Amino acid sequence: MRKYNGNLQKFETRREKDLLGHLITTSLKYKVWIAFLLLIIAFGMFGYYRQIKYGLIVTAMRDYTSWGIYISNFVFFVAISLVGSLFSSILKLNKNEWARPLTRVSEIIAVAAIICAAVIIIVDMGRPDRFFYVIKYLRIQSPIIWDVIIISTYLVISFLLLFISVLPDLALCRDRLIEIPKWKKRLYRITAINWNNDPKQMAMLKKVSTILAISVLPVAFAIHTITSWLFATTWRPGWDSTNLGPYFVSGAFMAGAAVIIVAMYFMRTELKLKAYITESHFDKMGKLLVLLSLVYLYFNINEYLGPAFKMVGVEGEHITELFVGKYAPMYWFVQLGGLILPIILLTFKNLRKPIPIAIISIFVILGAWFKRFLIVIPSLQHPYLPIQGVDESYLHYNPTWEEWAITLSSFAWLLLIITVLIKLFPIIPVQKAENISKKAVEKILQQ
Amino acid sequence: MGNKKPQPASRREFLKNLSSGSALAVSGMALYSVSSCKPSSEEKTTLLTTDGKLVEVPNSEIEMLEMQSVSPEESRKGIPGKKFVMVVDLAKCKNARKCVEVCDKHHNLTPDRPYIKVLEMRDNEKSAPYWMPKKCFQCDNPPCVKVCPVGATYKRTDGIVLIDNERCIGCRFCMAACPYSSRVFNWGQPPNVDQEIAYSPETSVPSKIGTVGKCDFCPDMLRKDKLPHCVTSCPNGVIYFGDEIEDTVTNGEETVRLSTLLKDKAGYRYMEELGTKPRVYYLPPVNRMFPFENEVQGNSES
Repeated sequence: MRKYNGNLQKFETRREKDLLGHLITTSLKYKVWIAFLLLIIAFGMFGYYRQIKYGLIVTAMRDYTSWGIYISNFVFFVAISLVGSLFSSILKLNKNEWARPLTRVSEIIAVAAIICAAVIIIVDMGRPDRFFYVIKYLRIQSPIIWDVIIISTYLVISFLLLFISVLPDLALCRDRLIEIPKWKKRLYRITAINWNNDPKQMAMLKKVSTILAISVLPVAFAIHTITSWLFATTWRPGWDSTNLGPYFVSGAFMAGAAVIIVAMYFMRTELKLKAYITESHFDKMGKLLVLLSLVYLYFNINEYLGPAFKMVGVEGEHITELFVGKYAPMYWFVQLGGLILPIILLTFKNLRKPIPIAIISIFVILGAWFKRFLIVIPSLQHPYLPIQGVDESYLHYNPTWEEWAITLSSFAWLLLIITVLIKLFPIIPVQKAENISKKAVEKILQQ
Repeated sequence: MGNKKPQPASRREFLKNLSSGSALAVSGMALYSVSSCKPSSEEKTTLLTTDGKLVEVPNSEIEMLEMQSVSPEESRKGIPGKKFVMVVDLAKCKNARKCVEVCDKHHNLTPDRPYIKVLEMRDNEKSAPYWMPKKCFQCDNPPCVKVCPVGATYKRTDGIVLIDNERCIGCRFCMAACPYSSRVFNWGQPPNVDQEIAYSPETSVPSKIGTVGKCDFCPDMLRKDKLPHCVTSCPNGVIYFGDEIEDTVTNGEETVRLSTLLKDKAGYRYMEELGTKPRVYYLPPVNRMFPFENEVQGNSES
């Protein structure tokens, strides 16, 4: 096998060298990381093999707690996928130029998260062998069907957004990278679909990206609102709320922003992109995270204050259990450690530096994950009619190792997809938009 | 009778012929004479095959045959001209749990996850506790049916809500949607699955792994003009069952007018405010026939 160490590769500019370097050299660290992820995936696969063989009995889910961490994990993945639209649409349409370099990674995370969400929902099915019944026997009034439709729509749009953002650079990779294996050359040739910075192509790309930027926004809002309706269309305490849609959407943007900050941190250190992902980016992301967290805090207050004030029946039992009962430690960790403290801490300029903000963001992400646990599980444990006359194991929910293994491996999948995509494609636009158009103008003048 | 070894081929083929309906005309009488309430015996019945032979078949197998009569497609229609309704008299229930036992037996359930639950209820601290037998309420506005993505659970013309285990994808949305926790899930392989019986949503057996189950009002019995097992098994006549169109219900001992019963005894439906329109009514636990006893005593007595 030929070794590719980058000695032969020549770059025209410093920028190209910095941004394309990781595409041609593979570090040992990268290989170890991939191996580690594959190991976790294999472990999860074993758990899933056991689940296929024995049924969902291997999980801790039972007749009352009939949805568990698979569903909360699904909601989490859907939530972080919203970050794609935050960058490709909201920040772009508001002309936040600073956020431009983060668009691609946000779209990569969105695509990876949506794929993982779809996979984890199949894992949760009692009969995954009947997955296509969802199409064969489709009944449009079921919120699950709405979710299937909107998730596939969002996946397609996110994929297109990722593709059009990376397209000019794919052509650059095709033209410029010589010292790469044949399959990679073919990959860039095919994916670049004859892109050659032609003014016509440029105009079309700009148009398409504007159309997609506008159209992804309602879809992104819909995807998480509909996911909230999976809960809000039932009578469960904590779910039976008209607040649930905006509550989910705002929480999703907060979690997504935190995920981007962590991704930025690792890209900056591992890919040596300090000149491209600057401290100013972290500072701005920190401010954005505070804003998004404040919005989420507002919906949190809305979600809990009413029921906690009234304390009606099972709704009151549910609130008691969250505030002072069995789930209180988790609840207060989530609300304080994952929401209120980050808001306070990130108002300090020094804590918006790369390392502290990455740590704070990890807490936000952990809080977001456990928040979804708290949304899904305790609600199911407070039905209207008392839980009696069933096996003792039906009263509690402590996820089994199979569930944790599968959940961890879903995260490994997410990170694997993200890592591989970052490894294969330039993560920061190599050609700045204005440069491309300048070149195109020169080209016309030459002709 | 659970894990039976396969029967000799000839007899099984004969049973399959029967199920296709060819010999039912001849054997109809014999089939109806067997009640599946009776414990299965080794008694045999002589039947005539299509090619004119007389064959002796154990009654237990005929019982199984009765079970496989209605296909999933047919089971979606409902019994014509009927609107089934149930009335549970809370004043009479003393937690004898016979309904639970017989239901578990006929639906092949384990005691830890029954279709029927007898709940110990107490409306407030001052009022006395009472027993509340709870089945599926077969709502006329069923939340479970609304949320099912594949139509695996459906409302029939006779008012019954059934589940097709051969279509259910196991998403458990219906379980989250049911405000009465009526639904159970086959988390693992259901016990004692006798693969010889063809599945029917009307019997809910043999239930399938990874799918949902619940009380089904025993449509297989209703088709034979018999009462659901829980009604006939109750020693205290707690459960009345009947047809809303005929306006009559019976607990097996007395037959009464539904409208009169509900009027005289202030019949109500559990959590009317949810708008689910249950088909199960309750009569309030007033003038109770039995003093309230705790679960252990109730069990040992029965």
